Amino acid sequence: MTGFAALMARDLRLVWRRPADVAVVLAFFVVATVLFPLGIGPEANVLARIAAGVLWCAALFAALLSLDRLFAADHEDGTLDLLLLAPWPLELAVLAKCAAHWIVTGLPLAVLAPLLGVAFGLEAPSLAALGVTLLVGTPTLSLVGGLAAALTLGARRSGALLALLALPLCVPTLIFGASAVGTIADGMGGGEGFATHLAILAALALVSLATLPWAIAAALRQAGE
Amino acid sequence: MAQLHFLANPARFRRFSQRALPVLSFATALALAVGLYLALVVSPPDYQQGEMVRIMFVHVPAAWIAMAGYMLLAALGASLLVWRHPLAALMARGAAPVGAVFCAVCLLTGSLWGRPMWGTYWVWDARLTSMLLLFFLYLGHIALSRAYDDPGRGDRAAAILALVGAINVPIIKFSVDWWNTLHQPASMMRLGGPAIHPAILTPLLVMAVALLLLYVVLVLLRTDTEIDRRRLELAEDVRGVAA
Repeated sequence: MTGFAALMARDLRLVWRRPADVAVVLAFFVVATVLFPLGIGPEANVLARIAAGVLWCAALFAALLSLDRLFAADHEDGTLDLLLLAPWPLELAVLAKCAAHWIVTGLPLAVLAPLLGVAFGLEAPSLAALGVTLLVGTPTLSLVGGLAAALTLGARRSGALLALLALPLCVPTLIFGASAVGTIADGMGGGEGFATHLAILAALALVSLATLPWAIAAALRQAGE
Repeated sequence: MAQLHFLANPARFRRFSQRALPVLSFATALALAVGLYLALVVSPPDYQQGEMVRIMFVHVPAAWIAMAGYMLLAALGASLLVWRHPLAALMARGAAPVGAVFCAVCLLTGSLWGRPMWGTYWVWDARLTSMLLLFFLYLGHIALSRAYDDPGRGDRAAAILALVGAINVPIIKFSVDWWNTLHQPASMMRLGGPAIHPAILTPLLVMAVALLLLYVVLVLLRTDTEIDRRRLELAEDVRGVAA
């Protein structure tokens, strides 16, 4: 457990010392979101209807954008080899790295998205719902993206390949995340529909949490062979 | 299972495939001839879909084979990761593009059928969307297995992806079903329903057998080609080291 905490603290410290890496991802999220009203037109009711989907898609892209460096830097400077040799399970190391990634991207995205939602004309309950769904859904994105990052480690065109691998696997999270916000906006079923969606979103996150660290560790082991 | 392990040796597989391929090719040609005759000439036009129903004789088997083909990729991935069968990697390389093509055929024929039936080439129906996502999973597998200078690395990465993908296929299917029923409660017309008349069912089953044979022949042929390719690459490496 000390190894887990130490590795997570190290990753967080690395980001803290170079905050520009995270700032770029968040700036991308804001700019990508702002492009939608410019492309679609400023009608308030149209924007309010598509807001949840747009913000969820943009958060998904932003999370993927930050993932290609998740293992690549450690692979280049040899840290990954040491993690592979270390006497404690690689699965835990993977989990620590994904958790650190979530804290520096998923968490800020979940905070930032409701602020942007205001510009799309979302009501207060929808804004809260957006924040909560992103909070519950983004861990899945970090884990699925972590798997794609591990699989494409050292590949040609790894950035584009990472997106091609991760996006279809992120579809369930996107669907339940965006439609959970939609149930609040429609006012249909009240809180019950939202609770169902949120429960499924949480289930997806828990299944990912229970299974993907093993797959990511397997991918890293065969990358080290 | 013992037989499958027996075939894991590429040289033994080669002897098997060279004996099996002529027989299977002949059977494919025969089944396709009979199936197409039944589907295009003998079977009656549907009372609702008219002549367009004949697209279904290709469309439905293609969908079945595309889905089964992804499960084959997952099984090959498992046998590569568990037993390190060298042939599993080569066969996965051979099978993935064939499965992707069957998936594309399913999407294209569905779209051609949809235009006169639904009045549009594409609707965001749950079935169509999950088939499209399966196609993307195939593309990811193909791209990943060919993204490395060391082919063995690509094979193992693609094997892990196929296993995770196979677990995800039902989840994706479930979520897309949910998504569609939420936004579009009026369901699309579906083939079949409670019962399919024998006049339609017989040609459908014959065509399914024919296309399955075609899939097997193509996968065997491509696996043979992959064995040759790997041998050539190894020979070039050896020559490169000697020089």
